[in-house]
Amino acid sequence: MTQVATVADAPTYDNRQDFADELRRLARTDERIVAVCNDSVGSSNLTGFRDEFPDRLINVGIAEQNMVGVGAGLANAGLIPFVCAAAPFLTGRSLEQVKADVAYSQHKVILCGMSPGMAYGELGPTHHSVEDFSWLRALPGLDIVVPADGAQTRSAIRNAVADPRPTYLRIGRFKVPAVSDPKASLTRGRFVTAREGTDVTIIATGTEVSRALHAAEILADQNISTRVLNAVYINPLDKAAIAAAARETRAIITAEEANVSGGLGAAVASYVGQLERDARVPLRILGLQDEFAPTGDAQFLLDYFGLGGDKIAEAAAEALQNG
Amino acid sequence: MLVADIPQVEVWRSHREQLLSSDVEARSSLLHERAQDTRRSIVTMISHAGLGHIGGDFSVTDILTVLFDYVLEADPADPQKDDRDRFILSKGHCAAALYSTLAHCGYFAVSELTTFMAPLSPLNGHPNRVKIPGVETNTGPLGHGLPVAVGAALGARLRGTSGRVFVVLGDGEMQEGSNWEALMSASHYKLDNLFVVVDRNRLQQGARTEDTNGLDPLDERLASFGLEVRSIDGHDYAQLIDAFAPSTSGSPVAVVANTIKGKGVSFIEDRVEWHHKVPSPEQTEQALQELS
Repeated sequence: MTQVATVADAPTYDNRQDFADELRRLARTDERIVAVCNDSVGSSNLTGFRDEFPDRLINVGIAEQNMVGVGAGLANAGLIPFVCAAAPFLTGRSLEQVKADVAYSQHKVILCGMSPGMAYGELGPTHHSVEDFSWLRALPGLDIVVPADGAQTRSAIRNAVADPRPTYLRIGRFKVPAVSDPKASLTRGRFVTAREGTDVTIIATGTEVSRALHAAEILADQNISTRVLNAVYINPLDKAAIAAAARETRAIITAEEANVSGGLGAAVASYVGQLERDARVPLRILGLQDEFAPTGDAQFLLDYFGLGGDKIAEAAAEALQNG
Repeated sequence: MLVADIPQVEVWRSHREQLLSSDVEARSSLLHERAQDTRRSIVTMISHAGLGHIGGDFSVTDILTVLFDYVLEADPADPQKDDRDRFILSKGHCAAALYSTLAHCGYFAVSELTTFMAPLSPLNGHPNRVKIPGVETNTGPLGHGLPVAVGAALGARLRGTSGRVFVVLGDGEMQEGSNWEALMSASHYKLDNLFVVVDRNRLQQGARTEDTNGLDPLDERLASFGLEVRSIDGHDYAQLIDAFAPSTSGSPVAVVANTIKGKGVSFIEDRVEWHHKVPSPEQTEQALQELS
């Protein structure tokens, strides 16, 4: 086995810092940008924004339904609101506001779900946001964007300001390495190819992209060539990239820090399952297997649910073998 | 998206000018004519669709008439104008009253009203801003309009525009917690450009509000949340006009409009079953007579 510097050893970063820096930078030249939060100035990394633009940071206190409604009203008045809150409360408590006031009303609100997935670790399932993909995928007209590293986080914010539309932006706190070209810009509705490959495809999102790249390194040692697609957009879904993966490789593995009930894997499965017979491929869907997480820190829980590079690689090898 | 009916906008403009130049008595008389016209339109729409919320439509009709004909600074021919006054019907189930009012102002053709709740009509049972000019946000689930109104009022202030924001809620709707979250924000930010109107008809879908989850003392509760409260007869045009005068306290204004659910038709007034009952052809005929 050859030893190379792997993605698993790379330095890691908290995407919230890039989020805060880019938002502040853009706000200096675009007065339409405002931030709305629920007593989460600190946890949303908005302290600097507040200090620089005190009038443009609207902290409604611990009142998430009002927070999302206020965001919709600000958008109605011609502003670009970034509504920031811990992802479980933003999506869970205010789900009907996200549906009626943002998605159905088509108010151009950028909902920023901070510290999603199991980033809050030991605080438990009340504080985990692993249902967000399932809930929000059910809403027409709402983009779901999941940057995998700092550079993509910055690009996602630039895109949101350049072409505002109803959006859920999942901003990770769990530290991740850089996995993308820092000069590249995100394209709406397109995955980013993180690694080319011809035997198997791993479609991963957010925290799982670096783990998928790690899995690809493990698989390379077994002479398996792995394509890694970074699913930055879950909605709109990159159907062309999925169809190409189904056509050009022999299995697809999906990996997400979310419940599998209705997330990325479910979206991919729904699409692949409806392709014509010869265009389909075996699938394995990795994530939380429809259970609330036990106690543990985020790293522990990712491993517990088989979301580390080694388990992803095992799933890929198994899928290639068993079909 | 429906488009403005410009000749109708012209009719509305001349009507508005007439209101502005009239004395209180003549103005009230003109507004009453207009409101009764709207109520007749509502009965016809609901009877034709076989669906609707006639009781709440009638209690809110006078409020809508005063706002759209006299108070709001908005141009039906340019509904996205940046500095417009904004109106939000949080009690979205009373869409027939809103649609009828909007059509009379020329936001879209009056002839569209015949499609109310018909298959593929833009005039859904609850208002949709994506399809109907003059609708600011999609309502239907209760407790949504006020937070959006707070955001719009805050946004107008941040952008330095003159626009005010008017939101009408049902009284039963005040049982929703999100409204009280929003009232706290409205007061905290001293949104004196926000008018929160409660259509206090004392009935909700299943029973009287006070027999369900009592709201009284509603005026005191609103005042304790920091609003400037104006309790009025919601069918008195002069009182309604006065209630929409600028805030004198620097705080948001709450207008508690005491109304009668089903106002205007004897057998519908103050009857819980007429929340969403549909009149028979004979009842429709009688209602139209009483409203003429």
